[in-house]
Amino acid sequence: MDVELILKVYPYFLKAAWITVELSVLTTVLGLICGALGAAARLSRFAIVRFLGAAYVSVFRGTPALIQLFLLYFGGPQIGIQLDAFCAGVIGLGLNIGAYMTETMRGAIISVDEGQGEAARTLGLSRAQSFRKVVLPQAMRLMIRPLGVNINAQIKGTALVSAISVVELTYTAQRYIGSTYKPFEMFFLAGILYLAIITITGKGVAYLDRRVRLQ
Amino acid sequence: MTQTHPFVEIRHAQKSYGKLEVLKDISLSVERGQIVAIIGPSGSGKSTLLRAINDLDPLTSGEVWLDGLQVNKSLPHRQYENHINEMRQQIGMVFQHFNLFPHLTVRENVTMAPKLLKKISDKEADALAEEQLDHVGMLERIDYYPSQLSGGQKQRVAIARALAMKPKLMLFDEATSALDPELVEEVNLVMKKLAEEHMTMIIVTHEMDFAASVCDRVIFMDKGLVVEEGPPELVFKNPTQERTQVFLRKHLEGAK
Ligand SMILES: Nc1ncnc2c1ncn2[C@@H]1O[C@H](COP(=O)(O)OP(=O)(O)OP(=O)(O)O)[C@@H](O)[C@H]1O
Ligand SMILES: [Mg+2]
Repeated sequence: MDVELILKVYPYFLKAAWITVELSVLTTVLGLICGALGAAARLSRFAIVRFLGAAYVSVFRGTPALIQLFLLYFGGPQIGIQLDAFCAGVIGLGLNIGAYMTETMRGAIISVDEGQGEAARTLGLSRAQSFRKVVLPQAMRLMIRPLGVNINAQIKGTALVSAISVVELTYTAQRYIGSTYKPFEMFFLAGILYLAIITITGKGVAYLDRRVRLQ
Repeated sequence: MTQTHPFVEIRHAQKSYGKLEVLKDISLSVERGQIVAIIGPSGSGKSTLLRAINDLDPLTSGEVWLDGLQVNKSLPHRQYENHINEMRQQIGMVFQHFNLFPHLTVRENVTMAPKLLKKISDKEADALAEEQLDHVGMLERIDYYPSQLSGGQKQRVAIARALAMKPKLMLFDEATSALDPELVEEVNLVMKKLAEEHMTMIIVTHEMDFAASVCDRVIFMDKGLVVEEGPPELVFKNPTQERTQVFLRKHLEGAK
């Protein structure tokens, strides 16, 4: 292994890793928003809203994320949506992970014992109050860990945007292979950096999980 | 008109789940301060009837009245929500599995609804929690979480939680069935205390001795019908209906 080469290029990789972190954060935030809206839609009183939520989930989980990205980035301009690669990456991946998060959040909400909402309603709380004060706090505890799994997948999923030329970790590794002909070193270095990002995130999720459990 | 109304009145309650008719035209009334036990075999519709009273399981047809107001009044959705939430504040319910809020302390379990719905101050809420928990002998555990309590203690807190809304009527659905035998008595004692304070109560139970000692009236249900009703002395000692006799005999054998 060419350690000297690694030492020479790693500052560029760190910069790229930062882009990967940015992508991860932004897509996670967008994903959480879409997930919350999606879960609310899936659990709505109105059949049409439930249908829209279900359609969102099945479309985004039922097609490859790469196709979704290509459709948005390359196909978008054809229907008047002009996005730069980074934005297309954030929106495409955010919507994609939002579909998974929808199911995670919905699953957590419906696995709160039915008797909890019933007890709250019996006391005279409205639907909204009972959801906010009783069901949601319990669902939160149940959803942090599985959301962590979604986020983990999402961080690795950011590698896909290399295909639309966003200069993140995977793209950078490929570019340096072109000039150095050292794929082992370059992918090894990229791999280490992904591992670092994911480990730190995992620790963060575990910390949050412990916090809400202690409350 | 309201003067002649019984305190609680169920008129021609009928409920079906698909083709299954769970309640078949049940009418009954309960006077203020009365304590009524509902007994009957599993699946006879006791819980369904009880849960229809606060519209947790809406009736297919029929009416439920409390103190001159119709609980299950037909109103547009929004208005109905407000109406039923107000009615439910007057009807306390105690469940077999307690359904305490596990993320809240005992104190918060008791004060959550009064704080939200009656806009009382934190100080008033604390006083209320202390009063209600003292009443059920749970004051020492006021800052515990439900997971730190025994089943009997949980149920006593659940009763305090319901009472904190100052309901006019209390519904109990097998409040002691999930408890270890040695914990049943402490909950029964709390219910007896409520009886002495003339709380109106409708109690679904499998405990015939308890029903006999506390209730003014016993209702025996089978297959969605009220088969027999009367004072406990009569229903337990001299049931007139064969189905009641069979049920009580089986129950006695089971208890032995
Ligand atoms: N949500 C539901 N959907 C379909 N059938 C139901 C539902 N809830 C209750 N039932 C049926 O209604 C009937 C009456 O049930 P209910 O729970 O009222 O009986 P119960 O007298 O309380 O019995 P137990 O003593 O076992 O608690 C049963 O046959 C039950 O299977
Ligand atoms: Mg029952």
